[in-house]
Amino acid sequence: MGDVSLGLLELQFLTGLALGCIFVLVATGLTLIFGLLNVVNFAHGAFYATGAYLGVFAFGLTGSFWISLVAVPLGMAALGMAIEKFLLRPLYGLDPSYPLLATFGVGYVLVELIRILFGTDGIPFSAPGAFRGSVLLGDISFPRYRIFVMCATVALLTALWLFIEKTSYGLIVRAGAKSPEIVEVLGVDTSKVWLLVFAIGTAVAGLAGFLAAPMRGVIPEMGVNVLIEAFVVTVVGGMGSLAGAVIAGLAMGVIISITSFFAADFSNVVMFAIMAAVLLVRPQGLFGRLDAAR
Amino acid sequence: MRLIAVQTQCNEASLVDERPSPFGWPERHRVLVSAAVLAALPAVAPHPALAINILIYGLFATGFNLLFGYTGLLSLGHAAFFGAGAYGCGLAIVALHLPWYAAILGGIAFAALAGAVIGGLAIRTSGVYFGMVTLALAQCLYFIFYQWTSVTGGESGLRGVSVPAIDLGPLHLSLLDPLSKFYFLLFFVVLALAAFSRILESPFGAVIEGIRENENRARASGYALRSTKWMSFVLSAAFCGLAGALNTIHLGIVSIDTLFYTTSGTVVMMTVLGGMGTYFGPFIGAALFLCLEDLTTNWTSHWQLIAGLIFIACVRFFPAGVWGSLLERIRK
Repeated sequence: MGDVSLGLLELQFLTGLALGCIFVLVATGLTLIFGLLNVVNFAHGAFYATGAYLGVFAFGLTGSFWISLVAVPLGMAALGMAIEKFLLRPLYGLDPSYPLLATFGVGYVLVELIRILFGTDGIPFSAPGAFRGSVLLGDISFPRYRIFVMCATVALLTALWLFIEKTSYGLIVRAGAKSPEIVEVLGVDTSKVWLLVFAIGTAVAGLAGFLAAPMRGVIPEMGVNVLIEAFVVTVVGGMGSLAGAVIAGLAMGVIISITSFFAADFSNVVMFAIMAAVLLVRPQGLFGRLDAAR
Repeated sequence: MRLIAVQTQCNEASLVDERPSPFGWPERHRVLVSAAVLAALPAVAPHPALAINILIYGLFATGFNLLFGYTGLLSLGHAAFFGAGAYGCGLAIVALHLPWYAAILGGIAFAALAGAVIGGLAIRTSGVYFGMVTLALAQCLYFIFYQWTSVTGGESGLRGVSVPAIDLGPLHLSLLDPLSKFYFLLFFVVLALAAFSRILESPFGAVIEGIRENENRARASGYALRSTKWMSFVLSAAFCGLAGALNTIHLGIVSIDTLFYTTSGTVVMMTVLGGMGTYFGPFIGAALFLCLEDLTTNWTSHWQLIAGLIFIACVRFFPAGVWGSLLERIRK
């Protein structure tokens, strides 16, 4: 018996890691946009849902998972650019709650557009043929698709990290987050940097939605819970800290997965309890700076 | 640096209630004037249910406005307090068999308690963090009530909360008559408005507006920021709880949707639409929002799309809201 439950625990742990990867992707986009634009993007959940629907739509047209996987970030980046340029940019001078409220409205509109175009019932979508079935890892069998999701997350995060830390464009992004005035004085068009970062954040959110589609289902409201989960991850990890988002996201996925195994009734509430505990001890989050929380 | 510039600009946008109005009399007797305007609602509204909804959601938005418009804290989880008031009142009647007046008090108390806990956690953070934490904790309350089916009825909501008639000595009111119900609810709304006005005029009201205008200055002036914000949060939750309790008396059921995040969104939209930081703006916003909803649902089921678009347009072009912009125009 001990063997069986240990195997189940491992399975639950891996399932949690895959779920955590989705959290990490959503929270990364959120943190990226907040860190640079100082906007809490309440449309992020809707971007996630839009990405999933865009992917399912592209899959229906082309029949190729890989083409969809490229189409989703491209389409989402275009959407993000349009929203940043025409809606958010005029609001940058105002109180931070105005862009926040605007993205809140965008979320409403996107979800309702999804309902109009694709119906309210949700669309069945399963993993592509190559990823169906399971692999044996030691003595447990784990769905192939989830392994793919984990690999894709690692690849994406590495690419993002390389972009931000190692390229000259990333240098501008980091400098722009610290002091937009100085970067502007040095002759950089910061509005282009904002645009790019918002587009990347949107694309990552959409990609997360599409990757999660075979795991968590495709319904218009799919973004609501994931947005709140991402908020919890961001608050626990520390606002603006990418490392915090990764660690808190993976931990949260594992905790939820294990709780749903032992005490299913509490799986929805456990992450809020953790967030409350973290807020009591470290209001700025585990890896956050105090000034970012103020 | 950007933040500082941002803050001064925002303050100008939300500076609506500061200067003395050229209309001294209505300003000084704003509770009476607003009571008179609200009392006339059934005569203008297309149907009594809409008038009642304007009362309830106007009060909800007013309570939210205490925190958002006057203290400057944007909570995105105020559905928690509307829902707590609604469930508190409903459970007091269904489970505890309390009379209606005790049930209303129970609703307010439960909402204030929820506000004390959620607010206590949320005010440890500030700025944009605050909105995320309030939204997350409100959603936590939603999950608890959703799953606790044996007490709350879960997905199908709490049913059978009927208050058919009110007997107060010689006074007998049948709540089955929509007009009687409207004036019964109006009584509580006016009481709440009087309390609200009193709070704004008190030193406490001055301090919360000081916090909104410049937190650092308020801190430097020696005010206890945390406890003041917390108090404002609890008071705001109590007003929203009353609105929720009245909604339960009105409908006779409590839907789980009262706790859902869309309810929080609705109250934000109403307040911004009407004008944040104004005394009567939330009622104007609630009235506009509900009338638009009433009109559009006749020809489309996708009301949320229209609500979202109007809201975006309002944030983009009319940040002071309809009533707020009107007041600015008059005062110029």
